[in-house]
Amino acid sequence: MLEIRNLHASVNGNEILSGVDLTVRAGEIHAIMGPNGSGKSTLAQVLAGRDAYEITEGEVLYEGKNLLEMDPEERAREGVFLAFQYPVEIPGVSNSYFLKSALNAIRKHRGLEDLDAIEFLQLVKQRLKLVDMDESFLQRPVNEGFSGGEKKRNEIFHMAVLEPKLAILDETDSGLDIDALRIVADGVNKLHRKDNAIVIVTHYQRLLNYIVPDFVHVLVDGRIMKSGSKELALQLEEKGYDWIKAEAEKSLTPA
Amino acid sequence: MDQGGSRKIFDACVRKEVGMSHQQKTNVWYQSSFELFEKSLNGEATTPLHAIRRGALERFHALGFPTTKNEEWRFTNVAPIAKAAFTPTFGLPGHIPSAKEIERFSFGTPHRLVFVNGHFAKDLSTVGKLSAGVALTNLATAFKQHRDLVDAHFSKYAPFDENPFVALNTAFAQDGAFIYVPEGCQVDDAISLVFVAVGSEPFYIPPRNLIVLEERAQLQIVESFVTTTNASYFTNVVSEISLGRDAVLEHDKLQHESLQAFHIAAIHVRQKERSNFTSNSIALGGSLVRNNVTTVLGAEWCEATLNGLSVGTGTQLIDNHTTIDHAKPNCASHELYKAILDGKSRGVFNGKIFVRTDAQKTDAKQTNMTLLLSDDATIDTKPQLEIFADDVKCTHGATVGQLDENQVFYLRSRGIDEKLAADILTFAFASDVVNRVHVPALREQLEFLVHAKLNEGRKS
Ligand SMILES: Nc1ncnc2c1ncn2[C@@H]1O[C@H](COP(=O)(O)OP(=O)(O)OP(=O)(O)O)[C@@H](O)[C@H]1O
Ligand SMILES: [Mg+2]
Repeated sequence: MLEIRNLHASVNGNEILSGVDLTVRAGEIHAIMGPNGSGKSTLAQVLAGRDAYEITEGEVLYEGKNLLEMDPEERAREGVFLAFQYPVEIPGVSNSYFLKSALNAIRKHRGLEDLDAIEFLQLVKQRLKLVDMDESFLQRPVNEGFSGGEKKRNEIFHMAVLEPKLAILDETDSGLDIDALRIVADGVNKLHRKDNAIVIVTHYQRLLNYIVPDFVHVLVDGRIMKSGSKELALQLEEKGYDWIKAEAEKSLTPA
Repeated sequence: MDQGGSRKIFDACVRKEVGMSHQQKTNVWYQSSFELFEKSLNGEATTPLHAIRRGALERFHALGFPTTKNEEWRFTNVAPIAKAAFTPTFGLPGHIPSAKEIERFSFGTPHRLVFVNGHFAKDLSTVGKLSAGVALTNLATAFKQHRDLVDAHFSKYAPFDENPFVALNTAFAQDGAFIYVPEGCQVDDAISLVFVAVGSEPFYIPPRNLIVLEERAQLQIVESFVTTTNASYFTNVVSEISLGRDAVLEHDKLQHESLQAFHIAAIHVRQKERSNFTSNSIALGGSLVRNNVTTVLGAEWCEATLNGLSVGTGTQLIDNHTTIDHAKPNCASHELYKAILDGKSRGVFNGKIFVRTDAQKTDAKQTNMTLLLSDDATIDTKPQLEIFADDVKCTHGATVGQLDENQVFYLRSRGIDEKLAADILTFAFASDVVNRVHVPALREQLEFLVHAKLNEGRKS
């Protein structure tokens, strides 16, 4: 589904991603962990099409197509979804209007008719339940005045409505209380199918108890330094990241 | 007046042009137009009302059109108005729009007065059931039937000694809306006043409105300025409003003139104790637009809320000047003016707030926000607070910005294309002004018109 090869990205001449390689197949769940500032969000944003980053090397294939050539909206219509680490507030635009515009744009791309007001309302009400959100959030302006946890929950609500093929969740767990974490994780699990894939960026092993990853990757200094099974997350929880850096340095230092 | 007549005057002016200054030419032009106007009045030219008109014309001659040296007109050059010979008319034109064309400006209310090129079109107007004592008619009729009220209020709130456009409007004041709401009467349905410009001539259209609310009266008015032509005509409108104690008025204005037209407007309000005035002014059309909204909070516990939205595209210039005169203690005023400027359009906002020595405990808040959609659009914004009392709360703030990149990306990353994202965010910027309009059908029209206008602007 997704193939990232030797991806380099920089901002104002500073390289942030320095050769990322990652392959994600349909049906898989991948977790990306790594220290603050290592480039996790940058990777997520680059995949979603943020043009603030300059791609200096490498390629990204999504379902065999060159992802980097597509506009952000085209990626979304093709099924890529990013749950933002910092969801953006949009005063004056209701959550429901926003979602309806997004959903209908995606449906049009897939050759489907617009949903009418009643069908749309049925759909969103059902998906709100998935993340245990109140209907009042539909009429509120997107993320404006939402608490930190509500914003994160709202991202998963959007995901539930838009049904992406490749969902990238950037620290969706941070800011969620213990109950909310379980609810959101349950929601994500329900949305996970054989024909879609999920990439979760997180700092905490706790989330991975609920959403069990097939692979865990460690991103350090803009590169995936180590990949492993879900046990790797437990190791990181226990030992931190230094040993991975040390290991990597050892392998890089000429003998 | 027939077209031939106006042509002759214009030719006469042109012949006399040699050796005349601009000011002189303008004076000759409007003087001879005025003489024709007097003839059309058939003997009414001896009334006290007409003495006011004469005084106003004299004042206009003395003031002349303002230049950009005048502080009040620093950013708005009205030379194109001064140079052109706009033709006054003294009756309905031969062709008037059909009721069907006007229907959408009724905004779902049973009361609609229609004026074509400034003249009352009885056949297009409808007046529903109104409580006893409410008068809703045209000013020309009120001059005859409500003489006492006219004498008591006409030209009492819109002074013409400083403002040449108010003087010029007053000199040619013939028609417009007259609304009188007696004590304690609440008019349930909004009253729609439709000013439609037709024809391809450069007409001078000076509507004059007089709105009087007695104690505890309540009313909503929608003034719309629309057109069936893309001619370069000149609307110069003055509305005078008197609010008695505890009276409540919402005045909504939709200005959607021809993009070639000149629109100069003044709303002058006098407020008594605890009265509440709201003005929502939406400016979409016109090539050169100037709106003055002035309210005098002349008694305690008054409240005034002035909101505005300008949407400029192409080379439009939209200038909003507000004046709130806090003359007495314990009054509150709120202002929110927003502008969306695309293309090479220009916006001006000047918000004057006077707090007189007497006006302790004044609470005044002014906000001006501009969204620039292109690099060539500009805004000149100036708060002008003159505070002579010491125990007051006055705040003002102005912001100028572009569409927020993070917001645009957020929308696009969910599948919404760039154009629609810009559209949604731009409308969101406008929405808090639009939402302050309490006439639902007008709000719907506004949403439609603002969207349509922005899309048009983007195409050209
Ligand atoms: N637009 C930008 N301009 C300048 N620097 C940037 C920009 N975006 C990212 N960076 C820098 O790139 C580095 C990686 O940032 P990124 O947000 O990808 O880290 P992260 O791994 O997601 O960290 P965290 O765990 O704290 O969320 C940081 O040093 C950050 O300051
Ligand atoms: Mg991050």
